[in-house]
Amino acid sequence: MFEAKIWKLGDDIDTDIILPTEYLAFDTVEKMKPYAFSPLRQDLAGMIKPGDMIVAGNNFGCGSSREQAPEVVKALGVSCIVAKSFARIFFRNAINNGLLLIEQPDLYDNVKEGEVAKVEPGKEIIVNGKSYEIANLPENLMEILDAGGLVKAMRKRNGLD
Amino acid sequence: MGHTLIEKIIGKKVGHEVKPGDIVTVDVDWCMIDDIMAPFAVQKFHEMGFSKVYNPDKIVLIYDHFLPATQVDDSRHFRVADEFAEKYGIKSVHRTDGICHQLMTEAGYVKPGDIAFGTDSHTVTYGCVGAFSTGIGYTEMAGILGTGQLWIKVPETIKVEIDGTLSGNVTSKDIILRIIGDLTASGATYQAIEFTGSTVDSMSVASRMTMSNMSVEAGAKCGLFAPDEKTCDYCRIPYDDEMKALRGDDNATYSKVLQYRAEDFVPVCACPSLVDNIKPVSELKGTKVNQVFLGSCTNGRLEDLRTAATILKGKHVADYVKLIVTPASRKIYREALADGTLGILSDAGAIITTPGCGLCCGRGGGILSDDEVVVATNNRNFLGRMGTSKVKIYLASPATAAATAIAGEITEA
Amino acid sequence: MGMTMAEKIIAAAAGVESCKAGDIETVTIDKLMSNDGTTHLTIDMYNNLKNPHIADTSKLVWIIDHNIPADSPKTAASHKKMRDFAKEHGITFYEGEGVCHQVMMEKHVRPGELIFGADSHTCAYGALGAFGTGVGCTDYLYGMVTGTSWLLVPETIRFNLHGKLNKGVYARDLILTIIGRISANGANYKAMEFAGEGLHELSIADRISICNLCVEAGAKTALMEVDDVALEYLEAHGRQPKALYKSDEDAVFSEVFDIDLSEIQPIVAKPHFVDNVVPAKECEGVKIDEAFLGSCNNGRIEDLRVGAQVIKGKHVADKVRFLVVPASRDVYKQALEEGLLDIFMEAGAMVMNPNCSVCWGACQGVIGEGETLISTGTRNFKGRAGHKDSFVYLASAATVTASAIRGCITVAEDL
Repeated sequence: MFEAKIWKLGDDIDTDIILPTEYLAFDTVEKMKPYAFSPLRQDLAGMIKPGDMIVAGNNFGCGSSREQAPEVVKALGVSCIVAKSFARIFFRNAINNGLLLIEQPDLYDNVKEGEVAKVEPGKEIIVNGKSYEIANLPENLMEILDAGGLVKAMRKRNGLD
Repeated sequence: MGHTLIEKIIGKKVGHEVKPGDIVTVDVDWCMIDDIMAPFAVQKFHEMGFSKVYNPDKIVLIYDHFLPATQVDDSRHFRVADEFAEKYGIKSVHRTDGICHQLMTEAGYVKPGDIAFGTDSHTVTYGCVGAFSTGIGYTEMAGILGTGQLWIKVPETIKVEIDGTLSGNVTSKDIILRIIGDLTASGATYQAIEFTGSTVDSMSVASRMTMSNMSVEAGAKCGLFAPDEKTCDYCRIPYDDEMKALRGDDNATYSKVLQYRAEDFVPVCACPSLVDNIKPVSELKGTKVNQVFLGSCTNGRLEDLRTAATILKGKHVADYVKLIVTPASRKIYREALADGTLGILSDAGAIITTPGCGLCCGRGGGILSDDEVVVATNNRNFLGRMGTSKVKIYLASPATAAATAIAGEITEA
Repeated sequence: MGMTMAEKIIAAAAGVESCKAGDIETVTIDKLMSNDGTTHLTIDMYNNLKNPHIADTSKLVWIIDHNIPADSPKTAASHKKMRDFAKEHGITFYEGEGVCHQVMMEKHVRPGELIFGADSHTCAYGALGAFGTGVGCTDYLYGMVTGTSWLLVPETIRFNLHGKLNKGVYARDLILTIIGRISANGANYKAMEFAGEGLHELSIADRISICNLCVEAGAKTALMEVDDVALEYLEAHGRQPKALYKSDEDAVFSEVFDIDLSEIQPIVAKPHFVDNVVPAKECEGVKIDEAFLGSCNNGRIEDLRVGAQVIKGKHVADKVRFLVVPASRDVYKQALEEGLLDIFMEAGAMVMNPNCSVCWGACQGVIGEGETLISTGTRNFKGRAGHKDSFVYLASAATVTASAIRGCITVAEDL
């Protein structure tokens, strides 16, 4: 259970918006951070504080398979993304990086940017006293999330951690 | 109970029947890693603690996004990938041969029924030969490099049936754009698309590639064509009973069936800045353009260049308009040299670049400035994809692109 | 007293009977070439003038060649500014047609003209007996607005060429040898004039290659007497001379060199100076990451023929990127028709669209940290081709191609 300030984005937030190609080749995610979401909102990356959450519409993360996209969002400290739906490659990539994604059909249409949400994973999100039900992820994905991402899961498999 | 094509491909691989929603672990036939993602995949591979790759002969490294390099750090990607290839015995490294998705089938790697994963979303392209292929992130790729396996959820399938004969100026690009428009950019998320019907049967493998390639723009996990004789010729394998069986059964269960008459398709564009914002070219007539781009894994093949050359022959690109042509591979470039296509395009004023991703990946090859308009044959018109967020990108077929280059405004071929 | 070729062209441009080295003359400029390296800056300055005005639009030639196709929104914006201005003012404009100096040679330069170019390698036009010189955007703007400029009449260093280059030795080796001999500032403010019976043996491509590189010795301009070879080239390109000049017998030269062409050997200029020259053989074995055949210096059909002959039936070394960049659309088309492009593509080279490519160190084929390039480009300054910690060797088309095949610096005859 955690509380998070909401940043609200629209439908079809594609991977080129989340991180433009120009910045993909930086050797660390840290260097990519200032450019996250820059084609859409140039200042957004600088305003997002660790623990904040993103609420968006349909098809969040559509487009490229660039894993820099969820990595950079995670690096900004975003606690979770709640969207009506996610594109599938982004979905897998986010889970593999331990970034929590939540599908919720109604939240987007009922909240404003700057509002604060209470999130209880697997159960509900509460904003302005109203509760929005959320489901748990499938078991195999929870295992990856619980391990802290795929790298850590593989290290475990390889007897390293 | 019948099976869809994707259920058959996955079922055969795991040795038992599967149905949509099943989560299974598959052995991977091919891993494709492109130059942008290579250093990240290598880093994750090492972080995971692997000491060898599962099978060096099943891993293909392709440098295409950063060729020719436009930034001083680009060659780091080549170097890291080269070192990885050397250390782990990977022989299949294409350093300057063209776009990854073109090469994976053209160079003879992926065959019908194979399962392939790549670090680029347009890995779905190999569905054109009846292979299950899809894009993944570099962390998952690192996992496959070590284990040879990946978990997947068996997708539901949307069946798209197209019958009849296309009119002269309509190409498979117009078809797939229309379908994406109808499905929307997320309409096929988590699902497979299976393309069937007499129109599809009479298409070249190259035309099918265009449609498989863009399936991901509707969110699809893959876009499949059942292999036929043309496919097997292209893949240099016999069209035997095994190949003939690789098709969706008549009594298979589909989540949705879309039926089209070929005669109903017209040339279309995807308008700024969404791939599903589809309008007929006729409605856009008169829209001034600054640049036209013919190329990419979607439409940079010989038949695409030839289509454009037929239209441009003896004509010239409009004043102050640029036509940039980027053949998808070295092989295509050479074929287009040999048959006179590049000569015609050059005479018409085209700027012919070296094979690679070019403008499509937005790191060179004809970046645009504020308020400029480009008609492009590639697969994405996202905000900022080809320059600033004020650039307007219209996606179109090679025929529309060529006619537009001559007129200097969006024009039907 | 006699006059040099440079003095005669300047005198004519200044409308005076005669002038001599050291005089300052106000000259009428015949043509003003500018490219996408700096034109956007010129336009900004122009727009800040009180009374913006172009003396004679027909004298301006603007060429986008350095970053074509554009590699960033910034370049795209400067191209747009240039294109829009050219369109608005009816300025002769080329985009993607080739490297500016090659386009100028093919389509504009006439013997006897005085031409300003906002690019240092404008001295190439001396190959056709024109006084070409590089200027900055402020001088360019003054010329554009007034049609005139002031010039200090240069002293002339005369190079009398004798004999013939041996097989496997090229104009590039000759000019690198000369620059090595007189040093990178040996011709500062001066004109370098080439004459002698050896000159007649050289093709126009060779001559452009020589004149083009004279700025690397600091020269203000390079000049060659116009002979039948030059006149044939002009005629083939549909132009007539403005005037034909040659230095008088009793002209005063600051220095005279007699050069026996048969003594020239394949040469390499090592990092990071053009006058850091050694016989190519001394560099054999230096590992390379990239090779570049192209530029205003060596991207002509003659150079591509040399490269194609060396590489035919062979293959570029593993991990080496070999960029082949025809200097213009005409060169591209000719190379296509002669089958040269296919020879390069079959061998694993990357044939690119005509532009400045890695010679300019931006846009196409830049090299990374610690990487080494062997190039037919014009300069090997530190960082010129990409990362500040990278290395550029300059050599002839033959040496560059042979090196691409071996993966290390190699003289073609040693392949």
